[in-house]
Amino acid sequence: MGSKTVIVGGSVGGIRAAQALRSQGFAGEIAVIDAEPHVPYDKPPLSKGFLNGAIGFDRIQLISEKELNDSEVSLLLGQRAVGIDVSGKMVLLEGGQRISYDDLVIATGVRARPSPWNAADGVHLLRTLDDAQSLKRDLLESSSVVVVGGGFIGAEVAATASKLGLLVSIVDPLAVPIGRILGDEVGERFIGLHHANGVSTHFGTGVESISGSRGNLVVRLTNGVHLSGDIVVVGIGAIPNVEWLASSGLVLDNGVVCDEFSRAVGQANIYGLGDVARWHHPGLRRLVRVEHWTNAVEQAACVARNIVNPSNPVSYSPVPYVWSDQYDWKIQIAGETSDASRCTLVEDHANLNRFAAVYADGAGFYSGIVTVNWPRAMIQCRKLLETEKDPAAPLELLRQMVPAI
Amino acid sequence: MPIIKADLELCQGYANCVMEAPKLFDISDDGIVVVLEEEFGEETRGRVEAAVRSCPVSALRIED
Ligand SMILES: Cc1cc2nc3c(=O)[nH]c(=O)nc-3n(C[C@H](O)[C@H](O)[C@H](O)COP(=O)(O)OP(=O)(O)OC[C@H]3O[C@@H](n4cnc5c(N)ncnc54)[C@H](O)[C@@H]3O)c2cc1C
Ligand code: SF4
Repeated sequence: MGSKTVIVGGSVGGIRAAQALRSQGFAGEIAVIDAEPHVPYDKPPLSKGFLNGAIGFDRIQLISEKELNDSEVSLLLGQRAVGIDVSGKMVLLEGGQRISYDDLVIATGVRARPSPWNAADGVHLLRTLDDAQSLKRDLLESSSVVVVGGGFIGAEVAATASKLGLLVSIVDPLAVPIGRILGDEVGERFIGLHHANGVSTHFGTGVESISGSRGNLVVRLTNGVHLSGDIVVVGIGAIPNVEWLASSGLVLDNGVVCDEFSRAVGQANIYGLGDVARWHHPGLRRLVRVEHWTNAVEQAACVARNIVNPSNPVSYSPVPYVWSDQYDWKIQIAGETSDASRCTLVEDHANLNRFAAVYADGAGFYSGIVTVNWPRAMIQCRKLLETEKDPAAPLELLRQMVPAI
Repeated sequence: MPIIKADLELCQGYANCVMEAPKLFDISDDGIVVVLEEEFGEETRGRVEAAVRSCPVSALRIED
């Protein structure tokens, strides 16, 4: 088979797509292009074990040298794609090189939203290995940090910094930041978790300015409070990396817009996956873009399958799944959980450090589950999401798992 | 026959492997992976490889 697949983006989505292609029996050429010079690495540990020093770079690599060689995947590192020529089937690189393809996979992910507040230095973003290394160096030399943004990455950085012994404060314009994802009742517990670990929270208030320089930064809040920190970490979301496709003719709208088969709309041989892809989810019947690890891996498997079997493509209709580690909480979320009004908590009175919450959608159907420190409950309820509509079923299952009081 | 090896020290109980191959993996009460069938036949290789790729901490591998 003489066919060639080019994958732009060599992070988890791109690398897992290359592996899945081989696993599915793809015998053509595979090339993975990435703008970063580093061998492909994984991002979730960058706010957790890698940032606190528990694990090194060797433990976050996405693929071994041996597997790369055995599976004949060529890596073009430090090469930025700047465009594609759809009719000529070429990827254009920054240096002027043109790479031809039969099938193209777009896996360029997202970048951290830049800080709108600027200080001389000491203000960090966290997305890449370089970001994590520079933040890690500064954390080790600092005694206090202000984290702007109370979402997952902000909360994980706050947890890591407090574990390293720094004085931590965290700010977010939302009164209950995690409430946006898990509802206010569960979100309040996450605020309690910061407090239990000595982290001060300033939620429901925005940032007006950041001034000073490393070692002496001042964050002014819109409610008049001034927070000082040796460094500041800004975690306020991400922006899809699609600018390089601006003149390609592909449909771009908060990501690369794809059909239910993860193909860029109107294109038979161009696919999008991972954080950059906004595809038509056939189950939810709308366009969705998901910035989570498991989605990138599952969508990569779907794309690989569709490249190998283009005449019989499978649609991509996943049940979302995310994890996060904050302080001593192992948090797992599956399905749709943002419908706050319908959430039922289940506690384990024999183990106060764990709980679960079952979510139902507007129609009253079982739609999602979150667990804290309870992996076995998660997997049982996650499996049920595929088959069960009645929220009473996961609730019953959870209640059977806790000793009666 | 090829076999599945799980590194129980690395495993974090994310259970993506269970979702990929429920006949081969489960999660214990302690939240750690249990390999239900170590040996697998060639017809299952695709599934096992998908399970290996889906593990966020690379705790699984195949030994041929
Ligand atoms: C600190 C941190 C912690 C996280 N923790 C979790 C977690 O606990 N759980 C979870 O589910 N998810 C987590 N995530 C999210 C998860 O890492 C992402 O969903 C995942 O990385 C998406 O993979 P991707 O391959 O789609 O995109 P990305 O990882 O963004 O990779 C895109 C790649 O494309 C390259 N690229 C971009 N533009 C170009 C170009 N023009 N030419 C060539 N190359 C280009 C980039 O260099 C990059 O390597 C975390 C993310 C971060 C940053
Ligand atoms: S996917 Fe990996 S971490 Fe998760 S249960 Fe399976 S082996 Fe453990």
